[in-house]
Amino acid sequence: MINTEYTLAKNSKGIKTWEFLKQEFKPKGKLLTPFNIISLPIMLLGLVLIIIRFWKGIGSITNLTQEVPWGLWIGFDVVTGVAFAGGAYVVTFMVYIMNLKKYESIVRVTVLNGFLAYVFYAGALLLDLGRPWNVINPIIGNSFGTSSVLFLVAWHFLLYMIAQLIEFSPAIAEWLGKKRAHKILSRMTIAAVIFGITLSTLHQSGLGALYLMAKDKIHPLWYSEFIPIMFFVSSIFAGLSMVIFEGSISFKVFSDQISEKAHQKHKGIIVGLTKICAVTMFAYFFLQVLVFVHSQNWHLLSTPMGFWFLIELLGFVFLPMLLFIYSYKNNSPLMAKIAAIVTMVGIIINRLNITVIGFRWDAVSHYYPSWMEIVVTLAVIFTELWIFRWIINRMPVLRESPLWAKENK
Amino acid sequence: MNVNRRSFFQMLGITGLTFALGKKTKANPNNSSRIDFKGILYDSTRCVGCQSCEFACAEANNLPEPTDSPEAGKFRKLSEFNRCIVNCYNTSKGEVYVKKQCMHCNEPACDAACLTQAMNKTKEGPVIWRGNKCMGCRYCMVSCPFDIPKFEYHSANPKIQKCDMCFSRISEGGIPACAENCPAEAIVFGTRRELLKEARKRIVETPDLYYDHIYGEHEAGGTGLLYLSPVPFQELGFKTTLQNSSYPELSKGFLYSVPSIFVLWPAILIGLREATKNNHLKNHEND
Ligand code: SF4
Ligand code: SF4
Repeated sequence: MINTEYTLAKNSKGIKTWEFLKQEFKPKGKLLTPFNIISLPIMLLGLVLIIIRFWKGIGSITNLTQEVPWGLWIGFDVVTGVAFAGGAYVVTFMVYIMNLKKYESIVRVTVLNGFLAYVFYAGALLLDLGRPWNVINPIIGNSFGTSSVLFLVAWHFLLYMIAQLIEFSPAIAEWLGKKRAHKILSRMTIAAVIFGITLSTLHQSGLGALYLMAKDKIHPLWYSEFIPIMFFVSSIFAGLSMVIFEGSISFKVFSDQISEKAHQKHKGIIVGLTKICAVTMFAYFFLQVLVFVHSQNWHLLSTPMGFWFLIELLGFVFLPMLLFIYSYKNNSPLMAKIAAIVTMVGIIINRLNITVIGFRWDAVSHYYPSWMEIVVTLAVIFTELWIFRWIINRMPVLRESPLWAKENK
Repeated sequence: MNVNRRSFFQMLGITGLTFALGKKTKANPNNSSRIDFKGILYDSTRCVGCQSCEFACAEANNLPEPTDSPEAGKFRKLSEFNRCIVNCYNTSKGEVYVKKQCMHCNEPACDAACLTQAMNKTKEGPVIWRGNKCMGCRYCMVSCPFDIPKFEYHSANPKIQKCDMCFSRISEGGIPACAENCPAEAIVFGTRRELLKEARKRIVETPDLYYDHIYGEHEAGGTGLLYLSPVPFQELGFKTTLQNSSYPELSKGFLYSVPSIFVLWPAILIGLREATKNNHLKNHEND
């Protein structure tokens, strides 16, 4: 096996691909960084917990109850994680559909982020399945529950991961030096983008639609028939805030990969994104107010949940919207970062309010995630970051593509 | 950049439009009302709280025997270890017993939620769970308005537990174990139509005995379990604020909008891409 591969695969410089891969799989950089020291034990602990979970059942490490069957793993990992991964479809929309080439330099890293987010956070769904060996049922088609929103969402996750992989694949081809594959894969980008945006629209809103049937279980301030539209609109600024936040960190951590020119450009990009964030947040805020007025829930505002609702809406939507506007007007990337962080906290609060905090808010026994659920969630996030770092250090994601790739287009 | 804002509102408009369209194309109201589903009429004025049904149910479904008994003021919960439970309530007419189990909805939320069709409304009427299909996602539990399906959190091969109206016994021409073993004739098995007629008859003939409402006739789009009670149903812990249309109706608007987005979206995206081709040049000047 290895031998045939060995002789068949040669890359452009004549180095054998196998040798090349072997080298690439070795860790690069220091091992004892603060990040590694914190993340490694958590990942190991998470692994142990996952083994216990499959051995003794979901209840052995989670606090889930019969009333609240979906907790942190669905509410945070899947529902919130996917909202944050929305940046990929928004940025590809801007670059490939609206032809705003200014943002081209952040496409790859955003798509990579989105792809990994889907693999890991949607993958966290598998941990939450009680009978995961039957997960193939809705895929191979012996039991299509086509009336199920979850069926739609699951399929869209799967297809969207493929679309994102195609969008990202030219970077892999550049890494391996495969010129022909690069050419073919690059040509597929546009189709994958269009397909991907369509899928994203549907499953971002679909995640909200999951909760439509739980009408009597979600606190009335958060339930409305417009949840799907809210989820979709908020995924735009959630995703872009993630792009701003992640970008500012990547630019520090991987600064060796980024040219001076790109650094300058990135400021302009961030400020450009703030404008889109502000506009979509305004629309979202407006929609929320409309829905609220329409639902005639004024009397609920003076309850503790009502205060919580106001804090979410004013403190974590309206305020960061103003901050985004400020950052745009004053050309301030720093303010953009602050606004992005506040927005992201707001998105976490919003998604958890619907999925966990406001779900069966009236139940006798409340659900709180166990420390083990939190550790597993952190382990998932850290594993994703490790893979992300591994790829960034090897493939042309932040750094410029090789010359031949540019000519290859 | 202006284009961006405009396109955003276009997007919004279109999503909104398809939602609205989806709403209009509602499914024909209740095909199910024409099908003669099997159901159960439970009359809490007759129930004596003897737990015969609980014991019979446990035996029929290989579940542990109940260890406690109904007491006024104590709330016994449905759990993964039982499929029906009898509780006693202090009401305006004294102590009343009431049995709780899956309602076998005409259009069940659990069935619509299930992405593997493991939860299934059979044509006979019982809503059953099929372990060879279920992947344990628990979306049925999230969706069921009566909070019925229970999950075995402490098993490596967890099952969903809920009443299946003794589907296997019914298929062989039998009747549910609870109905067979009730000494007070509080549980009657039959077709839903007959049972509704019978329930109305009882209310009309002895209006003093009954509160004038058949729970399950309209709740959640109609259910296979029909309840009679001497007191208003909220006194017996029933959810009385449930909608009368079926729960799957709530996500139909969304599901119906999916095909139209799949057709419209790519077309619009391609159109936008063509329309903004010149942006490319403009952007370069700005740089
Ligand atoms: S009561 Fe719940 S579990 Fe039973 S059929 Fe209705 S939706 Fe399904
Ligand atoms: S837990 Fe099983 S029965 Fe319930 S919705 Fe998921 S797959 Fe269907």
